[in-house]
Amino acid sequence: MTAIANLSLTPTEVKTSNATVTAEGVVRRFGDRVVLDHLNLEIAPQEFVILLGQSGCGKSTLLRLLGGLDAPDDGTITVPRKRAIVFQEHRLLPWQRVWDNVTIGIKSGDRRAIALEVLEEVGLTQHADAWPKTLSGGEAQRVSLARALVAEPDLVLMDEPFAALDAITRLRMHDLVRRLRERHSSTMLLVTHDVGEAIGLGDRILLMRDGRIASDHRVELDERERHHGTARDALRTSLLAELGL
Amino acid sequence: MATIADYGTEVFAPRASSRRVLPRLRLSSPLGIYTTPLVLLVIWEVVCSVANVNPNIVASPSQVISAGVHLWSNGTPSTLPQDIAVSLARAGAGLAIGLTIGGVAGTFAGLTRLGEQLFNGPVQILNTMPFLALLPLFIIWFGLGEVEKVAMITLGAAIPFYINLFGAIRNVDYRLIEMARAAGVGRVRLLTRVILPGALPGALIGLRMSIAFSILGLVVAESVNANSGIGFMITQAQTFDRVDLLFLGLVIYAILGLTGDQIVRLLERYLLRWRPSAQGGRA
Repeated sequence: MTAIANLSLTPTEVKTSNATVTAEGVVRRFGDRVVLDHLNLEIAPQEFVILLGQSGCGKSTLLRLLGGLDAPDDGTITVPRKRAIVFQEHRLLPWQRVWDNVTIGIKSGDRRAIALEVLEEVGLTQHADAWPKTLSGGEAQRVSLARALVAEPDLVLMDEPFAALDAITRLRMHDLVRRLRERHSSTMLLVTHDVGEAIGLGDRILLMRDGRIASDHRVELDERERHHGTARDALRTSLLAELGL
Repeated sequence: MATIADYGTEVFAPRASSRRVLPRLRLSSPLGIYTTPLVLLVIWEVVCSVANVNPNIVASPSQVISAGVHLWSNGTPSTLPQDIAVSLARAGAGLAIGLTIGGVAGTFAGLTRLGEQLFNGPVQILNTMPFLALLPLFIIWFGLGEVEKVAMITLGAAIPFYINLFGAIRNVDYRLIEMARAAGVGRVRLLTRVILPGALPGALIGLRMSIAFSILGLVVAESVNANSGIGFMITQAQTFDRVDLLFLGLVIYAILGLTGDQIVRLLERYLLRWRPSAQGGRA
């Protein structure tokens, strides 16, 4: 565990970095409230980074800035042009069938064939022609994962995508995300308040507090150790302590 | 079995069997929305024949029908089908022009601040003003011809369509628009795949109101100095004290209104089949 929190980056470090995502001195205010306070962040290519924090700590605001849905009041953000966002709600267009929803951002080619291919990865080929209203919550969120991955983005941003799902469905989704990671070379950033989810999925866990990255934990555990054992418990305990629990 | 409810439980079974358990909750008429109009027709007929109502004051349904049958082939100066065709052509033309104007202006206003600033004011003025009060002005401007009548219907159809379409576009779920932008959807596809389909339920409510208002406009326009159409037939009937023909005219207007509404219902059932509330359930 190395804490490199809030070290201001020197210009040379920025120039030599080949990071996929960089944020330097990012400030975002809503009225008098400073939600992001000179935040710095670097994410290496193909890294799976978890942004962990209590509600209201600014993690969703940061994700929206990285996704280009919002602009910072100060500082700079550099992200790949090819990126996708998975929202907490599935945000499927109710008037488009599943396969049309998956390929909404695809401009050319055989859109249906492309959709079927990525739907197979999330195990929903048989629902390609269904209306979103007929899907369960977990199925709808799998479609939205497929929609995010279909264009092979360099960066996938996920904003508490499994928070609204039940515990069993959530664990299935974690397995799915791990399998998708093996196939796709995207850099991934997942926002969550669930410590178990963070340890289960991330290469690196960034703990956010008061609008900054408070600490940076590299998770060097194998698949089994992520779920059982003393190393996991120790990491969990220290993360919970930092969250103030 | 009969006292299950006394123990504080509820039993849900497939509809076929629950119909027998709780028949009072399954009340439904095979005639659908035509139930009340048909029941009223029957009562009307019965009252007319039993109470021996003066046919010069109230015509019975059978008298109205026989008047219609007679006019169908022997009307002078024009037969009933010719009058209906003339009225439908006026209503159809006015509706088509009104929906086009209301649709284009409503879309522009829904999408842009400028469009809202340009159109919302005048439309609100016209919406509050009884548009029927404009008839004398229209007669002066357009003369006593087809233009005046179609213009009246156009105005009646355009305003409710504009208002509903504008509101529907502004109320499209912002989170879906945000999703589409994040997914790299361009302007044209954002409009055709996200905003317009999202506004469709509201637009169909507007269409239903436009049809109703276009028939209202038709009635008013045809009541002044027409020489063909249903309104002309009614004016003639008034002149010659033919109460049965007066009623026939009213019945035809009623059928036009009901048919228009049913067409929109069918459109809704098809175009909005993606809605969770629509019939059909899981596809």
